[in-house]
Parts: sequence; structure tokens; C-alpha cells
Amino acid sequence: MNSAIIDYLTVFVLSAFVGIEVISKVPTILHTPLMSGSNAIHGIILVGAIAVMAEARTPLAEVLGFIAVIMATINVVGGFVVTDRMLEMFRTRKQTEASK
Amino acid sequence: MNILASTSFISPNLLAVIYLIAAVTFILGLKGLSSPKSARRGNGIAAVGMAVAILVSLTQIHPKATQVILIVIAVGIGAIVGALSARKVKMTAMPQMVAAFNGVGGGAAATVAISEYLRLGVAGRGAVVTALTTVLSVAIGAVSFAGSVIAFAKLQEILTGVPITYKGQQVVNGILVLGILGIAVYLVAVGTGTALLGILLILALILGVAFVLPIGGADMPVVISLLNAFTGLAVAASGFVLGNTVLIVGGTLVGASGTFLTKMMSDAMGRSLGNVLFAAVGKPTESGAGPAGATDKSVRSGTPDDIGVMLAYSNRVIIVPGYGLAVAQAQHAARDLARALEAKGVEVSYAIHPVAGRMPGHMNVLLAEADVPYEQLKEMDEINDDFRNTDVTLVVGANDVVNPSARNEASSPIYGMPILNADQSKTIVFMKRSMRPGFAGVDNPLMYDPKTIMLFGDAKDSLIKLVAAVKAA
Repeated sequence: MNSAIIDYLTVFVLSAFVGIEVISKVPTILHTPLMSGSNAIHGIILVGAIAVMAEARTPLAEVLGFIAVIMATINVVGGFVVTDRMLEMFRTRKQTEASK
Repeated sequence: MNILASTSFISPNLLAVIYLIAAVTFILGLKGLSSPKSARRGNGIAAVGMAVAILVSLTQIHPKATQVILIVIAVGIGAIVGALSARKVKMTAMPQMVAAFNGVGGGAAATVAISEYLRLGVAGRGAVVTALTTVLSVAIGAVSFAGSVIAFAKLQEILTGVPITYKGQQVVNGILVLGILGIAVYLVAVGTGTALLGILLILALILGVAFVLPIGGADMPVVISLLNAFTGLAVAASGFVLGNTVLIVGGTLVGASGTFLTKMMSDAMGRSLGNVLFAAVGKPTESGAGPAGATDKSVRSGTPDDIGVMLAYSNRVIIVPGYGLAVAQAQHAARDLARALEAKGVEVSYAIHPVAGRMPGHMNVLLAEADVPYEQLKEMDEINDDFRNTDVTLVVGANDVVNPSARNEASSPIYGMPILNADQSKTIVFMKRSMRPGFAGVDNPLMYDPKTIMLFGDAKDSLIKLVAAVKAA
């Protein structure tokens, strides 16, 4: 258990640095899609929500799990779709003409 | 307790590898978002990685038959609600949509941690790390959830966008924070308590509301970005509770990049994050310099016909679009005007302030939707020196981003925000519905500048009249 926690901590710290590094050069015009896209990524909580639901042993736990799965699915599906809709519009004139 | 590592046909090692691949797709997704060329592909890659991670996690669980049905129903409801609202939402309502999706994510993280705490019960006693991360996940997730609800309500104008402040507000918020910390320390260091966790949850929900209420509507994007980072951290904390690395990686990536993005966004407004969160900018001032005292200054207004002729015989025109343009659904009319002017040989470009619209990049999306060529959109630094060689600057539905007070009036709440130098062009046409101050609630001296001509009316209506006048000229 202790070594697992050290592993998790390592993953946590390295991910934090990667997270900052990877977006440090994003242009202002992409701030909104970036916010929305990263918003979709924390929808990964759906994995946890499903696991909790499957482990539920009481009606209360099932209700909580059910709500968590709905909320997490809205987060992940809505997040990716809305980001895609925004990004679809970032096309150059050439691409726009080619698609017509 | 690791509830995901139970036996199944996918071995723990294979599972770890698949989760690693998913984590890489998340990083590639964020990386792709750094350039307009690769952004859409990046988002797609992350979505595929997400789908794989979720599908693989299904092989790790052993639900009862009824639970399988419940999971399917819940995923179905969530997928329909998420996809429909994401497809139907108007581009202008994008900021509150992101707030809503963020809020449910935070809510899910908090709920997962609560469920796990209830399940572990006494067995979880003594596991300090589990207790700590549970408390973090519940507290941060709940703040993010409640804060997002308020941010949504403000942007949707269910609540007023004006900061809601009262005496002793910071003290109340401070007490809430201390209360949460106190309970958190007890739960981590002393013992378990379901009731205490419930109180922690309630205090965190109240804090989320109280924390966002005093922040003005114009600053909401920065807040949403911060709450997005919060949800990321809550998800990472849930990852510790469940012993799931893909949750830790995904959550932490968002937590870190979101925090950094929040800082970049407040920098773009020329303000510190502390100022954005605690200064209640946008509250109408009570002094004579405020909007109330503004009415007795004189302004010059013009007709669409006059202005149309003036535009048609210019060499260079810059359009400064703002949120009002989007609200009036006038993007297409603006593009038509630009085309009509180009047909007359006028050079037209759009000056995009970093915070034009209600979120950075929002205006680019709205104009791209109207097929405005990407090359005509100029960022502030790129175009600011060109204003002095410009005949007419057409301000459409923007206000605060061309307010010279930000440059020279130290008492102004927006002092220090970088602005577009619209006031340096030969003539400024200010299209506005009325003399009402902008989203930040600050009076704009540019409207009283002798070089400025006001064109009152609905932005779309006025633009259509201008197009006709330009064509006739």
C-alpha cells in the first residue's frame, strides 16, 4: 500500500509538470477551446463513477453512484462534443473553400 | 482498497498499459490545442483515448445485473443530455455551457469520493492518505460544482452579472474556509464521521456560492477556468482514493494546465488573479465619475447613410467586434459589410482583443462561424500600431476593450487592462444600443471623444443599413 501511494504521488507530480508544460505556448485565440477541451478530460471521473456504482451495496450507494455516472457522462460527452464544435470553425479560407 | 484491481480477463499489467496509452492521448490532446491546425485532431485523439479507458474499466468491475442496467441507463441519460446540449447550444452561450459541464464533473468527483467513504466505513479508519484525498475530493469538487452553478446563472443572466457584495463578505468566506479546514483535519487525523463529512460537503457548497457571487460577469471566464482546474484536482484526489492512475493523470493534467491557463487569462486582462477574484470589479461606482454622472456629457451621433459613405471612401477600416455583436447575431452582417467595403477597394481587418466576447478566443469562434477569413482577424499586439493609420474604426458591440480609461485613469476599475488603440484612428464609429456602460460597468470616455460618431440601434440592423449605404455610395 505504501509503495503504491509513492507511485501515485510520482504520477501526480510528473503529471502536474506535463500539464503546465504542454499548454505553455497556447495562443490566446485557443484559450476557450483549451478550457473546454481540458474540461472534457476530467470527465475521466466516469471510470471512477462506474466503479463505485458497481461496488454499491446499499440503496444509498446505488443512488449516489447513479447520479455520479450521469454527471460524469454529461461532462465527458458534452465536453468533447462542444470542443469539437468550436474547433470545427477554426479553418483557414483555403480549407473552407475546399470543403464547399 | 483498490476496487479496480480485482481479477478479470484483462490483467493488471495490461490494464496499466492501456491506461498509460489513454494518459498519452490526453497529453497529445492538450498539446494539439496549442495550434489551430492540430487542435481538432488533438481533441479527437483525446476523445478516443477516453473511450478506450472507459471501456477497459468496464472489464474490471463485477456489478450485479440490476447495477448493469442502472449503469446503462445512467450513461444513456448522461450521453443524451451532454450531446444534445453541446450540439444545440448557441456559440454565444458557450461560456455557460463549459461552466455547466465543469460543474457536473466536480459534482461527480465529490459524489464518487463520498460513496467510497461510505463503503469503506470503519475499514478506512487509519488510512491517512485515503481520508485526506477523500476530504480533498469532496471539498474541492463541491466548491467547483456550486461555483459553476453560480457562474452559469450569472452568464445566463438568471442572476445579475453585477458583483453581489455585502459587508463582512471576506470574513464570512474566511470562516467557511476555516470550518472546512477544521473538519478536514479532524477527519484525517482523529477519526471517521459520516455526519462530519456531510457538514464538510454543505460548507463547501456554500463556499462555492459565496466565492463566485462577488465576482463580476466580465470576469466569469477566469473563474470558470479556475473551477475547471479545481474539478481536475478533485478528480485526481478521487484517483488516489480509488487507487486509479488514469484518474490521477487526467485530473492532474487538467488541474495544472487549468491553473496555468487561469493565470494567462488574468494576465491578458492586465490584472492579477487576486484582483479578479476578490476586487468585485464591475460594481457601479457611487462617485460622479460613474455611469450616473455621464449623461450630461454631449455625444455626436450619425445616420447609417452618412457613415456608409464615409466608410466607402476610406482607405483603411478596422472593425472592433465585441459581445454585443454576437448577441445581436450580427456576425454575418459584419462580414457582409467587410465584403462590400472590400469591393470598393477598402482594406478591412478585424481587431480582436484577447478578452473580446466573454472568453478569450470566443470572438474568433463567432467570426469563424460566419466564414470571416482567419487571416483578417488580427490580435491586439499585431494591430495596435495600425490604428493611427486607420481612417475609420468601427466598434460593434464592444466597449470596455476600447476604453481609454484603462490606459490613463488610475482610479478606473479596469485601469491597467491592455486595450485596443481605437482612439488613435482618425474617426471612430461607435455602434451601440444605448449609452449604457459595458459589461464591466465602467463609463467609456471614448464615446464623448470629438472624433467619435455614435450610431445607435441594434447592431445587426445598423450593419445591414450600412451595407446598403456602402453599396449605394
